[in-house]
Amino acid sequence: MSMDGADVLKRALTEDEAAILEAWYISLREGTSLQSGRIREAELQTQAKAVFGQLRDGLSSGGVDADADSYTPLRENLADISRSRAIQGFTPTDTANFVFSLKEPIFEALRRKSAADASALAAGVWAAGKVLDRLGLLTMEVYLASREEVIGRQGQEIAELSTPVVRLWDGVLALPLIGTLDSARTGVVMENLLQAIVDEEAEIAIIDITGVPTVDTLVAQHLLKTVAAARLMGADCIVSGIRPQIAQTMVHLGVELNVVSKATLADAFALALRRTGRKVVRQQATVTGEHR
Amino acid sequence: MDRIPILKLGGTLIVTIQVDMHDRLALALEEDLTAMIVRTGARGVLIEISALEIVDSFIGRMLVSIAAVSRVLDAETVVAGMRPAVAITLVELGLELTGIRTALNVERGMAMVQARLVEEGDGHGSSRDGHEE
Repeated sequence: MSMDGADVLKRALTEDEAAILEAWYISLREGTSLQSGRIREAELQTQAKAVFGQLRDGLSSGGVDADADSYTPLRENLADISRSRAIQGFTPTDTANFVFSLKEPIFEALRRKSAADASALAAGVWAAGKVLDRLGLLTMEVYLASREEVIGRQGQEIAELSTPVVRLWDGVLALPLIGTLDSARTGVVMENLLQAIVDEEAEIAIIDITGVPTVDTLVAQHLLKTVAAARLMGADCIVSGIRPQIAQTMVHLGVELNVVSKATLADAFALALRRTGRKVVRQQATVTGEHR
Repeated sequence: MDRIPILKLGGTLIVTIQVDMHDRLALALEEDLTAMIVRTGARGVLIEISALEIVDSFIGRMLVSIAAVSRVLDAETVVAGMRPAVAITLVELGLELTGIRTALNVERGMAMVQARLVEEGDGHGSSRDGHEE
């Protein structure tokens, strides 16, 4: 029965290629993907033609099982198309419709070929539905995977962007933290800080948490880990930028940092300079605005 | 079995770990170091681990126990030159080596040990240097 359906479908695809492609182009043109201007009609037609050819090839040796080896080129091609659409910002509907819009032209062709034979028509429709549904699902899978990838990459970029280590003075580093600290970010922060300590031969690292929205027990634990790792490397840490509300929350939650902490980065920097045996003095008492 | 050499420089014992530490080596080191502290009356121990790439909880614990033993014998331990990856591993293992002083490199570590010796009016090495039994 199913082989029968595959044969019917194969015949329709081979003999009616021009008509099916023509109808598919029309339905693709009516779809929203073209109107959004993200892809040109010529490109869309080239993709459609390639997919159609590969579908026919796959069908002729692999039956209606779209997971068979004979469908590998088609699956790879669809995956590429789907991936590029995910990156270009197509909607899921647009992406899935690329395959699903092929259904109608094929059903039409099947009807033209086997109008007289109801059972052959039904078998052909079933075969076409099976193959195209599987391919449609595959497109969606790849689409989603690519979106996840994009999101993951963005997350990583944000993490990297938001954890710079700045050199304030010889041997004094500052690490202004922005955003919530989770374990993944703590890892990045720690690595960056420790590497910077090695590179700059730093004695003191100031961790500024002005940009950290909340400090709960977990965040505190992550902070302490970073401090402990820096200490193992031989650098002292000062935590600064603890806002009034955060200080209260921390006390209420019973979070203890057990490290030297200062209210502002300036205070921490002054302490760091003092510890490294330096002092900031005003050059002339009368000159204002000059601090060094 | 090979052992890690311990060098004496004034009142300080210097150990540089250049090979991958395995457990028996670590145990032997603790033993040798303890004996050496007692024999020389050293006041400072500098352990240089910049070549150490892999640590496990055992090695971490060994460092802590070496430091504890040294402290009992009135010698201070400074660990110098820990790699970032090693530091992260130790912290993740929950071994924060409290009680051990750390330094970024040998130079600073040595300065730390010397500072302590000078503080105690003992800058020129071990008190027992001159009249060893």
